[in-house]
Amino acid sequence: MRRATTFLSTLLLAVMLLAVPGALSPAQAQNPIQADGQNPIQADGQNPMGARPTADSVNEEFLFKQESKIRGRVSIPDGKSANLIQPQGREYQNFRERWLPWIGALTILGMLAALGAFFLFRGRIMMEHSQESGKKILRFNAFERFTHWMTAVCFIILSLSGLNYIFGKRLLMPLIGPEAFGAIAQWAKYSHVYLAWPFMLGVAFMFVLWIRDNIPNKVDWAWIKAGGGFIGKGHPHAARFNAGQKGVFWMVAGFGAAMGVTGLMMLFPFALTDINGMQVMQVIHSVIGIIFIAGILAHIYIGTLGMEGAYDAMGSGKVDLAWARAHHDLWVEQEQARTASGPQLKGHPAPAE
Amino acid sequence: MARMKFLCDADRCIECNACVTACKNEHEVPWGINRRRVVTLNDGKPGERSVSMACMHCTDAPCAAVCPVNCFYTTADAVVLHSKDICIGCGYCFYACPFGAPQYPRVGNFGSRGKMDKCTYCSGGPEPDFSTAEYEKYGSNRLAEGKLPLCAEMCSTKALLAGDGEMIAEIYKQRVIKRGYGSGAWGWKTAYRETVAI
Repeated sequence: MRRATTFLSTLLLAVMLLAVPGALSPAQAQNPIQADGQNPIQADGQNPMGARPTADSVNEEFLFKQESKIRGRVSIPDGKSANLIQPQGREYQNFRERWLPWIGALTILGMLAALGAFFLFRGRIMMEHSQESGKKILRFNAFERFTHWMTAVCFIILSLSGLNYIFGKRLLMPLIGPEAFGAIAQWAKYSHVYLAWPFMLGVAFMFVLWIRDNIPNKVDWAWIKAGGGFIGKGHPHAARFNAGQKGVFWMVAGFGAAMGVTGLMMLFPFALTDINGMQVMQVIHSVIGIIFIAGILAHIYIGTLGMEGAYDAMGSGKVDLAWARAHHDLWVEQEQARTASGPQLKGHPAPAE
Repeated sequence: MARMKFLCDADRCIECNACVTACKNEHEVPWGINRRRVVTLNDGKPGERSVSMACMHCTDAPCAAVCPVNCFYTTADAVVLHSKDICIGCGYCFYACPFGAPQYPRVGNFGSRGKMDKCTYCSGGPEPDFSTAEYEKYGSNRLAEGKLPLCAEMCSTKALLAGDGEMIAEIYKQRVIKRGYGSGAWGWKTAYRETVAI
């Protein structure tokens, strides 16, 4: 843009230096309507420059060649209103109405279909019993569980109220009518706006709480190569979090941050960006939101229906020792070294088992 | 039925802002909201031009398309109106509008926008014509009285034209032929996907 301006001003200067009376001004050359000889002002020679101030003014076509939108000056305090025409609104319309419903439906239904197919082929992954069965080991303490559930409840409500922006008018509105739907959508909007805050707080807490155990390492690579125990037989080694769980952690951290940033931009519209920036924020927020929902569906599946014994980790916080030994052998060894047989750290009492 | 449009003959607009003031007064538009505004391009430079702009009542209106609660409707005169009872103030119509027409009174924290407000082409809203509810939410209903929008009616230089699209395009064409130039129908390509052939 700056280069274009510099080029234009240089061109203008050159033309001014070379100008001879009666020569065409550059503005005249830009105007598509040439009516030489018909214009009384020019014919009368009233303007010594030979210019026709009204006819030679800017026009839409010329301005759109300079910039993608037409901007000017307004005498009212609302700076946004200085944009005269932004045709990008039509592109935003196209994305939101033509592409987004399909992106959303295919991604989310695709994930549900994939999970359904996985359940049909693999079934529920059952606990393997050993002599350690029945003993319990603390996996997540009360604060970790509180943080998880605060974030989870917010996420579910944010997902539903978020999907309502795309699918509400297509699915819910024909069923309950525009007035009832309008009222529901209003509350959905309030919940979306207010629950965003505890959600962002929860993501931040989880990041601090669990990043220590989520740094990728060589064990994860072996876990992935062994198919994570989903595909092959036996359990590959895993510390407190296996590669799949680390993936969920980094997805929540990354997508959570992206949703937070784009969401804040929409909570404080036009604070940091202009109209086109707002459109981009909206596009990013909706697309990542949909992928996020699909990812969390898989997380919910494997934490509940998909695997026996997994839910206890976030339910009571204590998991079966046999389950823990099978799925997180390195973590169990570490915990037992730290508590029962190893040196007592910070005066932690040895657990009953 | 007519296909109502606005056309601002920018070669006549003198940036007097009377259209803005008349609109605010006619409809008791709340503070901070301007249903119509005058934008000056190339301000203070050669080729300066002012254009009066409001909702253009688009064909395939982007605001109506992106609205998550479908609160918009198009009248028989092709005027794009909306229901403030259904609107949730999400702000999407502003992102979609090529002309920056939708505006929201600020009603709370965290960008809690109130019900959207925009130009009604002086034809009220979904409430019964001339009812108090209609006036309070959307302003007066001149179209139902058989009058055109006030901004265009009182324009001192007759720069702003309102009425049936074909009729105002014809008036504009005549002007262009007579005076020999014209900067075109601003925004028509974006709003109606057609422009005035001159």
